[in-house]
Amino acid sequence: MTYAIRAEGLVRRFGATTALAGVDLAVPTGAVFGLLGPNGAGKTTAVRVLATLLAADEGHATVGGYDVRRDAHRVRQLIGLTGQYASVDENLTGTENLLLIGRLLGLSRADARGRARQLLADFQLSDAAERAAKTYSGGMRRRLDLAASLVGRPQVLFLDEPTTGLDPRSRNELWDIVRGLVADGVTVLLTTQYLEEADQLAGEIAVVDHGRVIAQGTPEELKTRTGGQVLAVRPTDPADLPTVAAIAAEVTGAAPEIAQHTVSVPVNDPRALPAVVRRLDAAEVTVAELALRGSSLDEVFLSLTGHRAEQDVAADADLERIPA
Amino acid sequence: MTAATLTGAPPAPARRPSLAAGLRHTLTLAWRSLVQIKHNPMELLDLSIQPVMFVLLFTYVFGGAISGSPGDYLKFALPGIIVQNAFFATMTTGFGLNQDLTKGVFDRLRALPVARWAPLAGRIVADTVKQAWSLVLLLGIGMILGFRLGAGLPGLVGAFALLLAFSLAASWISVLVGVLVSEPDKVQIFGFMVIFPLTFTSNAFVPTETMPSWLQRWVEVNPVTILADALRGLLVSGPVAGPVGQSLLWAAGILAVFAPLAVRALRRRV
Repeated sequence: MTYAIRAEGLVRRFGATTALAGVDLAVPTGAVFGLLGPNGAGKTTAVRVLATLLAADEGHATVGGYDVRRDAHRVRQLIGLTGQYASVDENLTGTENLLLIGRLLGLSRADARGRARQLLADFQLSDAAERAAKTYSGGMRRRLDLAASLVGRPQVLFLDEPTTGLDPRSRNELWDIVRGLVADGVTVLLTTQYLEEADQLAGEIAVVDHGRVIAQGTPEELKTRTGGQVLAVRPTDPADLPTVAAIAAEVTGAAPEIAQHTVSVPVNDPRALPAVVRRLDAAEVTVAELALRGSSLDEVFLSLTGHRAEQDVAADADLERIPA
Repeated sequence: MTAATLTGAPPAPARRPSLAAGLRHTLTLAWRSLVQIKHNPMELLDLSIQPVMFVLLFTYVFGGAISGSPGDYLKFALPGIIVQNAFFATMTTGFGLNQDLTKGVFDRLRALPVARWAPLAGRIVADTVKQAWSLVLLLGIGMILGFRLGAGLPGLVGAFALLLAFSLAASWISVLVGVLVSEPDKVQIFGFMVIFPLTFTSNAFVPTETMPSWLQRWVEVNPVTILADALRGLLVSGPVAGPVGQSLLWAAGILAVFAPLAVRALRRRV
């Protein structure tokens, strides 16, 4: 198997903050690899190191077989970068932005123009082609960002949180575009804080927290590795929630969560379900919904990191912005 | 998305961009800075209306009081206004650079296989073009109001060259500020805080005789004074060699101090 991206022991500090604490990655050529983690986990720093924008303090990495430090110029000829920190120029039109990049990549004026027209058409931006990018909607901006990173027909594409802040429809459109790219043989490194996104797109996922890869595997492997299943109980009367939670805690020995009038608790023992049902009956709690399901990546993340992925978003939102 | 958009052999990877490629990148990036003006009318206002307004206001409001008549004052003040305008115009370099840094455009450019120095060089080339435009505009409006070249075409060419050389050096101060501050507006605040007093404590607008002696001592060494005198010599009349030489020394000094500082700050930031 050939690897489009390899990283070994990447360490990067910003003052007292350690953004990367020894990251190893191996992304097979042609795969979509997801870096999953909350804001501040070090995802963006990892991408910036791999995209030659930032030097790691320790460790080394190659992209397309070239060292990102020693052969940065060669790496740059192979990659495309789209993300929160690599933006198009808002004061240029869609066409001008793509023309600029085409010309910088050495295309002739005519070729750059043709390529821009084609990409704008592919990404449904033809109607907005002659408008300044600052007038674009969020979804259009992301599509233009992505188009800009594809002008050079990259072999390796870095997508740094490509759908953060997008509405579900724009997000689905972007996912379809990414699937199309993968079908054409592009290797994609995707960072995301959305478990669903990683699950939808990535063949392999590395879960990152506090600058370390804490788990790696296919979405299915990760789901199985962390065990088990989740028991969800929704009492008819929300007033019964504390009783249900107490019963769930007692039977499973794990800490239940209450959200949307539903008590969820991880279970590993198959006898837990009937036990919970008996106890609920004894306590005269009527149940509107009771289900045992395979754990989602959400729960995987919770069991790996000890905290939920999404709840950290607000708290850590500023953290990564400063060093990155 | 069709397969045709993504396949196609990539160019054989070169280890480093050639100098010729770097120059081409610089010109492309300069084009980008200039074409922005089209979508940003405020910048056109900065570049065109402001200089014209300064000439008109200074000439007709202060002219009579300072030199007896607007026409006489224009001869003295136009070179000064040109210098002040050039100093302010250097701030656009830092402003644009800071905007690129904060908005992520700079990262996008750095992730492309372009020469490392091209993004900065492209910006400076574009800003030199803008400087030239302001200078033409200022001289044009001056001519309409009665300003006459005293030293003909050679003087005009010399004035152009000197001013552009000086702005090129001074724009490194702007680059340093642009890299150090957190948002573009702060570049403008710096511009007002420093360039206003700097250009007013000179002989750009007012002869120095009426100033207190301690101020006169500063005014005499202020690069704004020296550059204004050099332009007076080249455009109107008066000594040329002395002030031109001193202006070039100032430019060299500024370049020697601020270019390395700015480059170092930029390396640290990105």
